[in-house]
Order: sequence, then structure tokens, then C-alpha cells
Amino acid sequence: MSDRVPILRIGQVLLVSIQIDLEDQTVLDLQDDLAERIVATGAGGVVIDITALEIVDSFVGRMLANTAAISRMLDAETVVVGMRPAVAITLVELGLSLGGVRTALTLDKGLALLERDRTARTARP
Amino acid sequence: MAVEHASERLVELLSRDDALQDQWVDAVAATLGGRISRAELERELTDLYQALTQALGKGGLDWRGEDYSEVRALLVEMSRTRARHGFTPTETAVSVFACKDVLAPTTDSTAEDITAYLQLTRLLDALGLFTIETYARAREEIISAQAEQLLELSTPVVKLWEGVVAVPLVGTLDSARTQVVMEKLLQSLVDSESEHAIIDITGVPAVDTEVAQHLLKTVVAARLMGAECTISGIRPQIAQTLVALGVQFGDIVTKATLADALRHVLHRSGAQQPAAPSTAGGDR
Repeated sequence: MSDRVPILRIGQVLLVSIQIDLEDQTVLDLQDDLAERIVATGAGGVVIDITALEIVDSFVGRMLANTAAISRMLDAETVVVGMRPAVAITLVELGLSLGGVRTALTLDKGLALLERDRTARTARP
Repeated sequence: MAVEHASERLVELLSRDDALQDQWVDAVAATLGGRISRAELERELTDLYQALTQALGKGGLDWRGEDYSEVRALLVEMSRTRARHGFTPTETAVSVFACKDVLAPTTDSTAEDITAYLQLTRLLDALGLFTIETYARAREEIISAQAEQLLELSTPVVKLWEGVVAVPLVGTLDSARTQVVMEKLLQSLVDSESEHAIIDITGVPAVDTEVAQHLLKTVVAARLMGAECTISGIRPQIAQTLVALGVQFGDIVTKATLADALRHVLHRSGAQQPAAPSTAGGDR
């Protein structure tokens, strides 16, 4: 039984803070859990905090992109926050640009980004 | 043994006359053209002369031996000082080789003396080569230290505005340098929590596909971290070259000058603009 990554809810936003080294199974579990939680809570945004993540491989990189795509399909915008420079360089060298994933420097900025998005969306007719 | 005999004879010859030492100093001083004061030279060579005489007396002619450690230490110090003061290798080595001249055999030297002199020549040749080697090593150390310093100095990341950092790149870009720039820029984005970065390439004389590739990678990496990069200062020739090479910057914002880039960034981040300086540039 592998560890599960906790998914926390703050208002309309789901917060996933990854604090452990990700194994492939953990990643798949997270994807399942997240999709279910989005549907259950009707969340409008997902923030994935990877500040503590030091090692990223192509699988985790693809998972981030997939998760974003799944969330968008369920009407929740995904923001990846706190990526370290070394991780960013690794992903670029791997040729993964995470198209379609929104990013922010810090959790704070990520939440602000989602907030701005939501007000923009509700303002539209 | 002939060799031991020769070294004994050499010690005798060297310690026979104080004038020999002065002749040596004279010979060296003539080649250096007054760039080192005579007193300094005298001190240097006297030490060396004494060390050499002592080593000859104790350790024979094997310059790699334990007994020559002082001679070698003196030579290392001398060639390092010479290298740092910009003397040529010849000027450095001549300090050792000049010792040969003062002992040069004359017509009334005995056959024994000539044999001893030949041994000394061999020894001094070895020491001279050792000097040049040390000299070259000292020069290489200086060069690599300078290259490192240049790398450090040439990539400053400056904060232009609240939430805006810039990297003015000056000089030729190669892979190693671009890597340093990339890491420094990304780190400073994290440290200062800036959402905008401007890479200014006004001072870059040439951009090829490799450099363009590195720039693109930097921009993409910054995006992954949640920051936007603007490239500014692309000169007309460089723009032409890039287009001819088929490089495309896609949706990356490029501006002609750093000022344009800053204006663009401030406009984009509008809400986060600090209020204080707005009286001066409020009509942007």
C-alpha cells in the first residue's frame, strides 16, 4: 500500500501539496483521487504545490499535464506552483513544456491567479 | 665515482669566489632591463646560489632529490612572481641559465673542471626547464581564475522594478555561460518572487541557432516556474540572421529595446505596479 497524497479543500479550490518523492503508483492514485474530489466538491480550481519536489522524471511531468487536462474537462483550472529552477531546467531538457498547464511562482500567486480567473469568468455573460 | 667528484669540485668552484655571485646578478640584471630592482634581484639570487651550493654539497647532482627541495621552492616562488609581473618565459629562465656563463671554462681549465662544468650544465638545464614549467602552470592558473571571475561578473541579474528582473547579457554566449545565466535567472525569480524577467541581448555580438535554442529553453523554464520572459535588444543584423536561420521565437514577446520591454512588462502587470513613481511616468 503506497502513501496517498492528501487533497485539501480551501473554498472553491482544491490544494494538492506534494511532500514526498513520487512513485508511479502514487501518481496514478493521485490522478484518480483528484478527479473524484473535483466531481464531489464541484471545485473551480486545483493548485498543485511542488515546492518540496526535488526530482522530477518524464512520467511525473506527463502526469502534471494529464492532470491539468482532466481537471479542465471537469471545469477546474489547474495551477502548478513552486517549481524549483533545477526541476524546470530538467523538464525543459526532457523536452516537456507542459503545454496547457498554468504555473505560478508561489502558492499565494497561484491562488490569486485562480481568483482573478474566476472573477473574469463570472463577469462574462 | 666521477659524479660525486664532479659535484664536490663544483662546490669548490662555486664557493671559491664571491665575485661569481655578483657576475651572475649582473648577467641576469642585464636581461631584465631594470624591471626588478637590483637589491631585490641580489636577494633572490643570493638565496638561490646558497641553496644550490648547499644542495650540490649534500645531494650531488640529482635535482629531484630531497636535498634540492629548497632550490625547487625558491625557483617556484621566483617563476610565480615573474609570471604575475608579466615577464616572458625567456626572462624567467635566463635567471637560471645565466649561472652557466659565470662558470664557463677557459683555456686554462683542467679537464676535471670541464667535466664538472658539463655536469653543472646538465643540472642547470633541468632546473631551467623546471622553472619554465612552473611559470607556465602559474600562467594557466591566472588564466583560469580570470575566466571564472569573468563568468561570475558577466551575468548580473538586476531588479528593474517590483516584480521585474533583467539580465543584460554582454559578450559572446556559449553553452557554459548560457547555463550559468539560466540558473542565475531562475534562482533570482524564486528569490525575489518576480513574475517577469527581461533578457537583454544588446551586448551580444552574434546569435546562432545554438544560442537561440538556449534562450528559448530559458524562457520555457521560466514559464514552467510561473514567470514570463521578454527578450529585448535584438539588433537588426541579428534579427536578419535569426530569420535566415529559421529560428522562431513563437509566442515569446520580443522588444527592440530594454525600455520597450520594461514598458510592456509594466503594462502587462498593471495592477501590481507600485504607486510611488507614477507622478514621473504616470502617462504610460
